Amino acid sequence: MKPETLLYPAQKGLYCERGDFYIDPVQPVERALITHGHADHARAGHGRVLATRETLDIMRIRYGDAFCGESEVASLGETITINGVRVCFHPAGHVLGSAQISVEAAGKRIVVSGDYKRRSDPTCRPFEPVSCDVFITEATFGLPVFHHPDDRSETARFLASLEQFPERAHVVGAYALGKAQRLIALLRQQGYDEPIHIHGALAKLCEYYQAEGIDLGDIRPATIAGDTRPDFAGGIVIGPPSAFSDRWARRFADPVAVFASGWMLIRQRAKQRGVELPLVISDHCDWAELTSTIREIAPAEVWVTHGREEALVRWCELEGIPARPLHLVGYDDEGE
Amino acid sequence: MKAFAELLGRLVLTPQRNAKIRLLADYFRSTPDPSRGYALAAIAGTLSLNTVKPALIRDLLLERMDEVLFHYSYDYVGDLAETVSLAWEPPEGIVPADIPLGEVIERLQRAGRSEVRSLVRDMLDRLDTAGRFAFLKLVTGGLRIGVSARLAKQALADMGGKDIGEIETLWHGLSPPYLPLFLWLSGEAEMPVLTTPAVFHSVMLATPIGEGDLEGLDPADFAAEWKWDGIRVQLANIGGVRRLYSRSGDEISGAFPEIIEAADIAGVIDGELLVGGTMRTNRATATFGDLQQRLNRKTVNRKLLEDYPAFIRGYDILFSGERDMRPEPFHARREALAALIDAASPQHFDLSPLVPFSTWEDLDRLRSDPPDPVIEGIMLKRLDSPYLAGRMKGPWFKWKRAPFNIDAVLMYAQRGHGKRSSYYSDFTFGVWTEAEGGTTLVPVGKAYFGFTDAELEVLDRFVRDNTVERFGPVRAVRAEPDAGFVVEVAFEGLNRSTRHKSGVAMRFPRIARLRLDKLPREADRLETLQAMIGISS
Repeated sequence: MKPETLLYPAQKGLYCERGDFYIDPVQPVERALITHGHADHARAGHGRVLATRETLDIMRIRYGDAFCGESEVASLGETITINGVRVCFHPAGHVLGSAQISVEAAGKRIVVSGDYKRRSDPTCRPFEPVSCDVFITEATFGLPVFHHPDDRSETARFLASLEQFPERAHVVGAYALGKAQRLIALLRQQGYDEPIHIHGALAKLCEYYQAEGIDLGDIRPATIAGDTRPDFAGGIVIGPPSAFSDRWARRFADPVAVFASGWMLIRQRAKQRGVELPLVISDHCDWAELTSTIREIAPAEVWVTHGREEALVRWCELEGIPARPLHLVGYDDEGE
Repeated sequence: MKAFAELLGRLVLTPQRNAKIRLLADYFRSTPDPSRGYALAAIAGTLSLNTVKPALIRDLLLERMDEVLFHYSYDYVGDLAETVSLAWEPPEGIVPADIPLGEVIERLQRAGRSEVRSLVRDMLDRLDTAGRFAFLKLVTGGLRIGVSARLAKQALADMGGKDIGEIETLWHGLSPPYLPLFLWLSGEAEMPVLTTPAVFHSVMLATPIGEGDLEGLDPADFAAEWKWDGIRVQLANIGGVRRLYSRSGDEISGAFPEIIEAADIAGVIDGELLVGGTMRTNRATATFGDLQQRLNRKTVNRKLLEDYPAFIRGYDILFSGERDMRPEPFHARREALAALIDAASPQHFDLSPLVPFSTWEDLDRLRSDPPDPVIEGIMLKRLDSPYLAGRMKGPWFKWKRAPFNIDAVLMYAQRGHGKRSSYYSDFTFGVWTEAEGGTTLVPVGKAYFGFTDAELEVLDRFVRDNTVERFGPVRAVRAEPDAGFVVEVAFEGLNRSTRHKSGVAMRFPRIARLRLDKLPREADRLETLQAMIGISS
């Protein structure tokens, strides 16, 4: 059996015809397997959803109890058979609950990595390489320019700026699921134990991470009603990136605009967004990690999805690894 | 190099002046010599290095990288130095090190022509990503970090608790890596003694006439001169050393060789640099727009010298020969200045004429309707005042001609920086013009100040509620004949421009008033602005 017949891109997403299920579909389907809780991968309205317990919890937090018809927990490393297709979830190291999904039938195994990273992350389980015939990789940072620096040195830069500008509030844009909690955990690891204030949009997810045993320290709401609203001078406020162009951001003392994202490596990106202190902290692989992962797994074939497919496909060609872009639509390239 | 790279990274993205000064001062405090001195030189533009061509850097990267992957990368990043610094992969086994900036500069200065290629490669291998970027910006000769020499000097003043005037006076007598300067600033040595006499001296500045300032002042105590619309300069010729400085102490001798050649005077004078003809040759003074052709150049070609001949209109004198004239009163200085200019080249020097007046009302009339289009107002100088460095209220006043005003329509808005990052506070506005397909708006300028905080709230709300399109960070707002926002824009002058679609460029535009009472159709037309070019510049 050719791998293209086991799994192929259809209009609603990556489809397994033999098992009659989709992986991370972008439109409502009868049966969906979900790699992780980011909104572009985990949408509401499917009939049946199979995902890790954490991913299901996150979907419930974001969309409410009625986010799907029927949910089913996938335990990591445990094989489930769906219409004769063997399916197994493995940790992806992207955010809490994130998983790769291996799909196996007629002696061929395809691993859909979803979004993944290889660096240690105090908020989720590390990526596990799984040998396979076809490895489907993301390529969010699939250009040779992306060499993300060490997280600790980025956090140290942040702490240095807090000391240098003690009269200003450091206001950080970070995606609500994963990045915000990881940044907080990194700050705590480096000994920052002051209270950290968060935008309301982060509250439930931070609470969930804490309940899952991830220590985020003293977290307090940044949105306080009343006449004596503090201006958070000298402190850290974290919110979703969209909040900073909003009227919400006006209450802070002479804010230093901080943004935690892998994109912050590119100066022009930081400049365009009006970011004063870019922190290069990514929940995706950088170029070196993408290429070394492909070498390590050594699949017979690589399929590349969302991101800079053309550069990674070119690299595979140069390495003599058969590769092709999948052209899946609907994944948010900026979702980092 | 790490600290320098981090400094550059922060400076590029920091909009606030005070924050930039803090970043610089902290860097100067915490970085040892000679690295901090070379950093200062790089920022202030006084560092001379054999520059490396961009093609060389590109070649070095292509030694190791597939050309197709390079193109994907370069297309994405858009800046060669940044692309190379990010994509560079050192060979196995080399761990990036924090090589001091001073060592990097000294190695570059020592390297012979044939060694440059391998030196650059070696540096790229040994520095980390941010270090590579700073290094490449240095060797390709373009830091572009939005920091003027003046700002760097302010940071030095802050670092050492000194007055910026003292630093400006010393500046041209010192050279990289500025060891005596930093010893003095960190309190470890006395103020350096200069061996070069033709140094810059801080200039005397005027304060604007405010409401009620003239009440109680006697017109007989003051002399008046026209305020010419060029750039303020200081020309020094001491012991045969000739230098031309801008008012902030940047040396601009290289851009005005004819002035340096003609500077057959002994002493230091203060004046306005203009182009066109001097009064002594009975030719007209040219506009600021013409002068701009000569500004911000390191060298100048013959055609520019012929088309835009420069001269100095003398305002004051600081030294006559070796004699310090600064303590003398205005009229004594003016006599000395007149004698000196009289003996100098008539094509290159003239004396700023006095404007006779007897009452403030007389002067107000002259100010509002000056006889020459290159005049931007009146200067008032107390007859008994000495020449004092800096800007203090009392001895010198400036009284500007009223600004020009037009009504324009808001077209685009962009969010501001720092305190204003949640406000749409940078506005592009336009006026009506006839184009194919009818009457349309054409942008004529941008302004980000002039309004009060309360007015900004109104503008911001309008932008948020009337966005019709987004282009990255820019929002296009509703601007139709019967729906939109009219603002009164004040500006100091208009130049012809080939870079702007409208063909005009405003000087110093700001939003003077919100015209909530007007509909866009009542805003001005481009022809009104075109007619202003003749009289305003």
